[in-house]
Amino acid sequence: MSLTESFRQRTTPQLQLGNRFRALPRSAKWSLSALLIAALYLTPYWPDVPVLGWIINTPGTSFENVLTDQIMMFILVALGLNVVVGFAGLLDLGYVGFYAVGAYTTAVVTSGQFTLPWIAALPLSVIMAMIAGVILGTPTLRLRGDYLAIVTLGFGEIIRITANNSNWLGGPRGISKIARPPSIGPLQFGVLNAKPYWYLGFTVILIVIFVLTRLENSRVGRAWAAVREDEDAAELMGVDTFKFKLWAFAIGAAIGGLAGSLYASKVGFINPDNFQLQLSILFLAAVVLGGTGSMYGVIMGGFLVAWIPERFRGFSTRRYFVFGVVLVLVMVFRPQGIIPRRGAAAGIAKKGESDV
Amino acid sequence: MLLEVQDLHVFYGKIEAIKGISFNVNEGEIVSLIGANGAGKTTTLRTISGVRPVAQGRVLFEGIDITNMASHDRVKLGICQAPEGRGIFPGMSVRENLEMGTYVRGYKSDTKAADLEHVVHLFPRLGERMTQLGGTLSGGEQQMLAIGRALMSRPRLMLLDEPSMGLAPMLIAQIFSIVKQINSEGISVLMVEQNATQALRTAHRGYVLETGYVVKTGTGNDLLVDPAVRAAYLGG
Repeated sequence: MSLTESFRQRTTPQLQLGNRFRALPRSAKWSLSALLIAALYLTPYWPDVPVLGWIINTPGTSFENVLTDQIMMFILVALGLNVVVGFAGLLDLGYVGFYAVGAYTTAVVTSGQFTLPWIAALPLSVIMAMIAGVILGTPTLRLRGDYLAIVTLGFGEIIRITANNSNWLGGPRGISKIARPPSIGPLQFGVLNAKPYWYLGFTVILIVIFVLTRLENSRVGRAWAAVREDEDAAELMGVDTFKFKLWAFAIGAAIGGLAGSLYASKVGFINPDNFQLQLSILFLAAVVLGGTGSMYGVIMGGFLVAWIPERFRGFSTRRYFVFGVVLVLVMVFRPQGIIPRRGAAAGIAKKGESDV
Repeated sequence: MLLEVQDLHVFYGKIEAIKGISFNVNEGEIVSLIGANGAGKTTTLRTISGVRPVAQGRVLFEGIDITNMASHDRVKLGICQAPEGRGIFPGMSVRENLEMGTYVRGYKSDTKAADLEHVVHLFPRLGERMTQLGGTLSGGEQQMLAIGRALMSRPRLMLLDEPSMGLAPMLIAQIFSIVKQINSEGISVLMVEQNATQALRTAHRGYVLETGYVVKTGTGNDLLVDPAVRAAYLGG
């Protein structure tokens, strides 16, 4: 009880901020949200702002590219993985596999062997990743906890090794000349200017947030929460747990595939080394660091995991030391993440008690 | 007959936990399964709610064979369990926990408000704790929440697994009186209990389980005065 209480006290600042926002009149809410969104669309220009620029800029490397190649992808992936880990409570250690399926689908269908336009490749990548999610999930979602983690870990590696050994997937050399998004007017999707990719990617992120918020507050979201909290009890309340776990897996995979597809069309070249196991671990770190199950939390987590190593590039190889220290500190002082999900503390406290 | 269990056999690995038991619950009845630890009471209940697979035998609900039906589909038929160890959702508020009970009837069930009111009427304590997280409730409150949540599904048959476990004597009396009240509203109850005296006093009929067999059956009162039952389960 006292443990739970102390967690609750630590979480109050965010809750207060949220409540204060909700208490505002509708017009104020809209204009504040619009301002925030506008400011976020202008993120590529943040390094030019005094003070903020000094904090956010990544010395030695272009902030624009860090934003589009790292931060944008990590935020999208964290949102997708959060559906699986945060909403439904399924530990997935091979999420990079879905990211790879999305990236390779876009690569294969746009780079020579086939020449589908980008606009067709994107949904196709999402669908392929979703199918991969269902194929992996159908046999494995009957497993629980550690077993599921190991099987998904294997899946991530299978995808990477398959790509490495298949000629039509480019083998170790990878695939180049991946189609870029079509340029519309002033939005030129080229190599030199990364800003349009952020405008596109941030729009995608906003759409994903909107869809996931709707889902979380629907009957599906309730079923996921019940499965996460107590799978047996969920089944006893009439929730078809297997079906909803599979849905979580498929939707999570689809968002992973979406991120992979965007990544491939941004960088224009992929090879199996882009999809190492380490990425799965970092994706999971983003979710846990930000706050498992909390959408704004995992966005923050995705940003930090992508940004910190680049921000501290000046420390050369020791930059990962900074990253590690941040991870440890957050987990010691905020075990349920930077912006926790409501009720996360109760879950942690309960598990703690049952271990005694 | 509402529930009929015929020659039920259940295994845990190679160990046969239930060795061919038969019993039934009639419409409007409270039936208690009593017995010592390891007699197979909880296993029997878990088999009826569909969490444990059946090796042999049949389970019929209103004449429909549900032996191999998925657990969540049985809830739709009207079988709802308040699980052992409560099984509440710790990170959900009391209200959200209760609302999960209406899940089978659709997330936005029209009768949800009325059902909530009914449960709060039975358990005023839950009404005071609506926004509190389930995991922060006391043991007694969690038990009330588990029963209340099962009630929200408007069951025909309620399965109660050790409702008195770990509760103070005063709360135990309260829980059993609520079981009677629920029953008076037309819900049949199948209850598993170690607290044999209270369980038999509350029940219309009882079955005594011993290491996987039904060894005795009768009305609650008959079993209460039965010398063998008294010696074994009621403390002489």
